[in-house]
Amino acid sequence: MPDLLIELFSEEIPARMQARAREDLKKLVTDGLVQAGLTYAHAGAFSTPRRLTLAIEGLTAESRAVREERKGPSTSAPAAALEGFLRSTGLTLDQLERRADKKGEVWFAVIERPGRRAPDIIAEVLEGVIRTFPWPKSMRWGNGSLRWVRPLHAILCLLSDDAGHEVVPLTVDGITAGNVTRGHRFLSPGVFSVTSFEDYAAKLKRAHVILDAAEREAAIWAEAQTLAFAAGLEVVEDRALLAEVAGLVEWPVPLMGRIADAFLNLPPEVLQTSMREHQKFFSAKNPKTGRIEGFVTVANTITADHGETILKGNQKVLTARLSDAKFFWENDLRVAKAGMADWAEGLKSVTFHNKLGSQSDRITRIAALAAEIAPLVGADPDQAKRAASLAKLDLRSAMVGEFPELQGTMGRYYALAAGEPEAVANAARDHYSPLGPSDDVPTEPVSVAVALADKIDTLTGFWAIDEKPTGSKDPFALRRAALGVIRLVLGNGVHGNMQMLIEQSYLLHMLNHLQMIEPVNSMHSSRDPQYESETLLVWKQEPVRRMLNWDGFLDRNSDEIEWAIFDCIGAEREHDADDARKVKDAYKQFEEFRARVDALDHFVSVSMFMGQEEKSLIVDYEQSEDLSIIWKRAAKSLVNDLLAFLHDRLKVYLKDQGIRHDVIDACLAPLPHAATSAAGPNNDDLTLLVKRATALQATLITEDGANLVAGFKRANNILTQAEEKDGVEYSYGADPKFAENPEERALFKALDQAEAAIAPAMQAEDFARAMQAMATLRAPIDAFFTATQINAENPILRRNRLNLLHRIRAICLSVADLTKLDG
Amino acid sequence: MPKGVIAMSQMQPSGAKTGADTGANPSPRSFQEVILRLQAYWASKGCAILQPYDMEVGAGTFHPATTLRSLGSKPWAAAYVQPSRRPTDGRYGENPNRLQHYYQYQVIIKPSPPDLQGLYLGSLRAIGLDPALHDIRFVEDDWESPTLGAWGLGWEVWCDGMEVSQFTYFQQVCGHDCRPVSGELTYGLERLAMYVLGIDHVMTMPFNDPASPIALTYADIFRQTEEEYSRHNFDAADTAQLLRHFEDAEAECDRLLAFPADDPKSGKRIIMAHPAYDQTIKASHLFNLLDARGVISVTERQAYIGRVRALARKCADAFRLTEAGADAAPDAGATVADA
Repeated sequence: MPDLLIELFSEEIPARMQARAREDLKKLVTDGLVQAGLTYAHAGAFSTPRRLTLAIEGLTAESRAVREERKGPSTSAPAAALEGFLRSTGLTLDQLERRADKKGEVWFAVIERPGRRAPDIIAEVLEGVIRTFPWPKSMRWGNGSLRWVRPLHAILCLLSDDAGHEVVPLTVDGITAGNVTRGHRFLSPGVFSVTSFEDYAAKLKRAHVILDAAEREAAIWAEAQTLAFAAGLEVVEDRALLAEVAGLVEWPVPLMGRIADAFLNLPPEVLQTSMREHQKFFSAKNPKTGRIEGFVTVANTITADHGETILKGNQKVLTARLSDAKFFWENDLRVAKAGMADWAEGLKSVTFHNKLGSQSDRITRIAALAAEIAPLVGADPDQAKRAASLAKLDLRSAMVGEFPELQGTMGRYYALAAGEPEAVANAARDHYSPLGPSDDVPTEPVSVAVALADKIDTLTGFWAIDEKPTGSKDPFALRRAALGVIRLVLGNGVHGNMQMLIEQSYLLHMLNHLQMIEPVNSMHSSRDPQYESETLLVWKQEPVRRMLNWDGFLDRNSDEIEWAIFDCIGAEREHDADDARKVKDAYKQFEEFRARVDALDHFVSVSMFMGQEEKSLIVDYEQSEDLSIIWKRAAKSLVNDLLAFLHDRLKVYLKDQGIRHDVIDACLAPLPHAATSAAGPNNDDLTLLVKRATALQATLITEDGANLVAGFKRANNILTQAEEKDGVEYSYGADPKFAENPEERALFKALDQAEAAIAPAMQAEDFARAMQAMATLRAPIDAFFTATQINAENPILRRNRLNLLHRIRAICLSVADLTKLDG
Repeated sequence: MPKGVIAMSQMQPSGAKTGADTGANPSPRSFQEVILRLQAYWASKGCAILQPYDMEVGAGTFHPATTLRSLGSKPWAAAYVQPSRRPTDGRYGENPNRLQHYYQYQVIIKPSPPDLQGLYLGSLRAIGLDPALHDIRFVEDDWESPTLGAWGLGWEVWCDGMEVSQFTYFQQVCGHDCRPVSGELTYGLERLAMYVLGIDHVMTMPFNDPASPIALTYADIFRQTEEEYSRHNFDAADTAQLLRHFEDAEAECDRLLAFPADDPKSGKRIIMAHPAYDQTIKASHLFNLLDARGVISVTERQAYIGRVRALARKCADAFRLTEAGADAAPDAGATVADA
């Protein structure tokens, strides 16, 4: 069985693309070979900055011959059917056979595919792969039309076995495959030929190329550690950097240097980030002090002076870079110590999103919201507000300007320099968290308040301007923000009405948008035909549109409204004036439109009279009779929509935690029949919701729990049918004096006991205990059903029993909607 | 066919040879020696050594020898020094390596020769950077100029961890696909020379030979102008006037391109692509000045860049209709080979 060796030799391939390219090359070539009828034992892909290599072992020498018979259309079928058949088989009419079939005579195609030699198949597959390779970015060069990540110079394509080796004949865009390659660009510049993969790898190593990236990584890491150890330091692990550096060198030579004393007082994050981002250096820290004092750079060559010139050069560049960093740090500290007012001012001119205002606007909203959240998480509202107003100011600092990934980290340093307490400073660092599903969740109350406010503000804002995530598109990372909210709430056991928070956040956005809404006023009073149509149509833009369209009104009627607006102001519009009915209808919709604009206008003008200070506070609009009904409705539609999104993310999150989807649905469902619970479980409080789900899932695992659900469902079905049939609700308390048999009496007693146990458990949010109490009903319910006929002849007995079922239903629905459970 | 083209096809084998050659050159002694060696090197490789463009530009790429000549299929090879102005980088001559006026060395070859990397490494040897002693690396860096509507793939070249050049294969310029592709090399001359000469502050760099009877440093020539222009760019330039001039340049560009191609006076077909492109260069520099004066907001910035890009695009459209910017007849390639 021959082995196949392929090398695609090019100019330097970006380090970040190499791992993916190795996988793609392996998959595309082996898939192509297999599809063409070859098999292989093993395949391995490799990369260096200048080559992509694939080695396939145990490839079959040829594909097997295939004979295939295909039945075609009837010989009397229309010509089109026959043509289609010829096209699909690739045969001509004289090659077809007529054969008798049950329904008459039909065409038959006998397709013989002879076995093909491996080289023919390889040449075809490899050319296809090269021409369609999925590089993230590719280019043309010179006069050619071929695309590759950088100019492709040579193709090595070699089949070898015990008997010898042969070059697979192949030419792509003027590049003819051969059996030669090159070593290291500077250390071994000549070309050499190879006979097999082993020969290739060995000769490459002699020519100063380590083919395997993993081997280069290991070599770099081992040598870096040795160098650091010798200097009394230890290398800070950085897997991503290691992989990148291994993709930049063919012959790694780590060199160790020291950071000049003048820079040792920079924050370690700054040193590390500057060295990694600008120069791809590893950091080396002093294990005694934890300070970063050295670096390891990885050269790609050996020199006569053992890297001395190279190290000196790198050191020089580092000094220049760290001088910049030090300059930023010292300047920033000056601003910080003066209270960061310059940065706060500067953020007024930095756009967050063109429909959501500046970063400064954003901070004002988050601060107001954080103060609202503070009591829910045990933080001081003033401190939360202060922390939120400072948390993002470092975005304006020179250091974060240079290294955006240090946002928050620098904010903490600068807040401390400004004399802020730890809790406030830590919020600057932590309020971006959690970023990923495995990221730590902040736990300090002030940080939690700011982190929640930040994420809710983002979600509400993008919802308000209708930039929700769709499919795989989530440019503003809103799913991540939603997961962040969920993890912050659950991780800290926060109790809070999500709906209220979203509404408050939305109101803050609207207050912030006053200037955007202003044109509504002008539109409202405009009767000037010269008025620009763009201004007239401001109601079509967000966020105004959403407020007027909470029930889809604009979706249905915008044409009519537009027509009426232009007709009103006497603008020339093409329309069918004869159609009186149409005109009348347009004006009818316009009237409703005007009513809505009036209401919105009213809301806006009330807000407009508030001072700047008041605007940052949340208006208690629920108690204000004056504020617009439209606003409330618009907010409701947005809040419901966003809550549903949060619930979806919660489902995904809880599923990952092992909670059954139907359990989640049961807890998410509103509970129309729940009357007994004083706490009134609602699905706005995510912490309670998850507690309920966890308790329910735990109960369902027990035999009593599972059977209780069956008993409940039986009771509920009978009751629901009876209620539908009779058109009444059997919620009048059942009377034990009508109980006929011991089982029925026992059920009354059991229900009394269960209720007595459940009520305090629910009060204490101890859903596990409530569920346990509920599960004790299983035996009495089962016994009751066995002994008792619900639909008794006697209407009094029947009614009483239905009322009894209602008690079962009410109790069982107090924690979750058990009807949503499977089975 | 220009002579340079024939030389380019001949130079490839010699370029390949320099790839194996590790011979070192003595270190240059002054800034100007670095420039002179680059000039001599690229001249020896068949490039036409052009002079700087006589207008204020932000980078060597703006020279019509690069922007316009990278369009169309006519072979081209040129190298030149280009004084470049970045008003926002002014530091009153105090920063060790940041200047509002500095020099770029630019090489542009169309089509990009197969051994452009080898040719480039030869130029480093020519100025005394010997790959046997230094760590030369090609690190991914894709180039894009939103103002020119141009982009390409390539690298920044590192020497011992310092970026010494930008190496780009143009894919699109002024919104036109590059066919064939040009290879562009840009050297930041001050930074490169400082490294070669072992200088820490640009102002202390010897401009001419330090042994000259009148030895001049970079400071002797440029410290005062850095101060003057820093003050001018940040505080004094008349923004209202700059805005007006921007509008004027934009209008003039359009006006020039609106002329019919046939010139009644000479009876020739003359499309004024270059004079129009001069207005694009002007608009671009005026925008940079306005930016340095801090009068352009984030959102306006995009709009201004878009306006300059639109001008560049129109000039390129016009240039493609001229003889220099046209696609050669299909058999032209064969002619080169025959020659």
